Amino acid sequence: MSALPPYATTGQRAWYYSFRVICGLIFFFLIAPIVVIIPLSFNSQDFFTFTPEMLRLDPEGFSLKHYRDFFSNDSWQSAMWNSLKIAPMATIVSVTFGTLAAIGLSQPHVPFRRAIMAILISPMIVPLIISAAGMYFFYSRIGLQGTYIGVVLAHAALGIPFVIITVTATLVGFDRSLTRAAANMGADPVTTFFRIQMPLILPGVISGGLFAFITSFDEVVVVLFVGSAGQKTLPWQMFIGLREQISPTILAVATILVAISIMLLATVEMLRRRSERLRGMSPS
Amino acid sequence: MSDTTQNGPVLAADGTPLKRSLAKALRMQKLRALMLIAPLLLFILVTFILPVGDMLFRSVDNRIVQEVLPNTVRALETWDPASSEIPDEAVFAALAVDLKAAAEIKVHTKVAKRLNYENPGLSSVFRKSGRKVRKWDVENEGPYKERLIELNDGWADIELWRTIKTYSGTRTMGYFLNAVDMKLGATGAEVRPETERIYNTMLIRTMRMSLIITFSCIMLGYPVAWLLANITTRSANMLMILVLLPFWTSLLVRTSSWKILLQQQGVINDVLVWIGLVGDDNRLVLINNELGTIIAMTHILLPFMILPMYSVMQTIQPTYLRAAKSLGATNWTAFWRVYFPQSVPGIGAGSILVFILAVGYYITPALVGGTKGTFISNLIAYHISTSGNWGLGAALGAILLAVVLVLYWVYDKIVGIDNVKLG
Repeated sequence: MSALPPYATTGQRAWYYSFRVICGLIFFFLIAPIVVIIPLSFNSQDFFTFTPEMLRLDPEGFSLKHYRDFFSNDSWQSAMWNSLKIAPMATIVSVTFGTLAAIGLSQPHVPFRRAIMAILISPMIVPLIISAAGMYFFYSRIGLQGTYIGVVLAHAALGIPFVIITVTATLVGFDRSLTRAAANMGADPVTTFFRIQMPLILPGVISGGLFAFITSFDEVVVVLFVGSAGQKTLPWQMFIGLREQISPTILAVATILVAISIMLLATVEMLRRRSERLRGMSPS
Repeated sequence: MSDTTQNGPVLAADGTPLKRSLAKALRMQKLRALMLIAPLLLFILVTFILPVGDMLFRSVDNRIVQEVLPNTVRALETWDPASSEIPDEAVFAALAVDLKAAAEIKVHTKVAKRLNYENPGLSSVFRKSGRKVRKWDVENEGPYKERLIELNDGWADIELWRTIKTYSGTRTMGYFLNAVDMKLGATGAEVRPETERIYNTMLIRTMRMSLIITFSCIMLGYPVAWLLANITTRSANMLMILVLLPFWTSLLVRTSSWKILLQQQGVINDVLVWIGLVGDDNRLVLINNELGTIIAMTHILLPFMILPMYSVMQTIQPTYLRAAKSLGATNWTAFWRVYFPQSVPGIGAGSILVFILAVGYYITPALVGGTKGTFISNLIAYHISTSGNWGLGAALGAILLAVVLVLYWVYDKIVGIDNVKLG
């Protein structure tokens, strides 16, 4: 498929190009719904569609009013701050526990490895509504329902599978003789961990952390049940907005979130390539 | 070997036999690994597994009837629910004692609510009588049978007594039977009349729509994965960003985007009207129905299909296709007989993943599904947060969880959970 050979028949040519067009359309389907939000968010009217002024590229048709609304509206602002308070804490908890466990899991002889792995990945698999309902009942019983700590713990649990998956994947390529060499030269396990192992697996740990961050930052079902009005996050506010009266401010929020996702994606891709390069350099 | 036979077992440097020394070292290694895993395992158990287990327990828990009406339940033991007579004075006397005690601490409404799920109308009988019985002297003001029936003729209804008798145990299958549109009658499980069946329809709809979504993801994901696996790594990396960006974009952003695009006054309808495909007066209804849910969820779950397919297709040697063609196969035969069978593991992995994620979806169906396009999750949420029938919500959740766990197990068997890739 990489290139059309010169002897290709007309039929083959037709197929070659139509296949590419089909793929192009699928890529369009994937990306268009995300991209279309961006110009719509600069609409100067309270409409959710392109106004004639916008289509004429008339500057009158565009404005920053939805962004101004987002930054001046109290409920949106408190939602944003709540999200920014919850997500980093949840990330720290899941990265700390997750990295330690991933290192344990990648040791050569771990009893019940498969079963442990299945349990640790389960928060990703169990339908969110079931996790949310379970946490709602259980956390109310132990007094964590409606508290900041409750939401952080719940989100940390949801982020853990992502940390485990990315960090164990990085550890697969980790050269064990490096830690042995360090031990051989007199380093104790803690020094070995922080000076040898940690710098090498750091890209994986950071990627896992970013996954955990975005999981918490985007999460709405669990926070709806476990949180109370004091923990209303950005996705929660969006959910209410979409369900009750949809206000165009959502478009501005969505655009900001898309920008954040692009930044996170770029970081993860950069880290992935860096660690692939590093792995290519170290002897296998 | 000769060493062992001549001088005893091989010894380690400190004098212990090498075999024992090795076993000890291995044990230490295992212990260290487990020590590293233990904090997280404990964390997940407390914050996640226990809550889910706690909720599942609610689906069979029925302690409330025995707690609130202990004397009545004991007195009813001798009563035969198949008989056509309502219970005798002794049972009514016990009921009066229980009702008075319950009404004093205001828990009679709880048992009323519980029994009302099984026999609508029971709630008012308990509530009204409870208020009155509270003022009675339940020691010596008999006969209670006549007095209670006089208070509310609901007590003369034999169906009420059959319901109490059926639900007097501390465990019940009632919620599960409700969740599959059956009920526990006096003689055992029976199917509900056709007009009362909603949960089976909902379960079947969830399954059917998840299958449609999985299938559309296969159809859309396969060509893209094929393209990505068969172009240069450089271009594949570039195009991969188009797949990963939706994956990283907030679920709510994507859902709100679809909500805006699919509206009757939305962008898609505007474009269709502008092209002239659709008249301005009969714009398509794309949202608040099954179609809306299917379109939005296919878009949301497509990356989960493309990524596993791509990683399998990357390993398929292009030389196989060339060999097949050089042996005289047409393009189609070469693809269908040589390439496709090798890509099946990718399709399998992607399909299970997409299906597992789809059956449990809540947010997207709730926002774009209207009433026709909602899933079982939406019904569970309704019972947990609105109707208060937690047991039924838990039973529906248990059924959903069972479906998901079976698929998770299959996924683990054929793909292995360690092989999940996230970009």
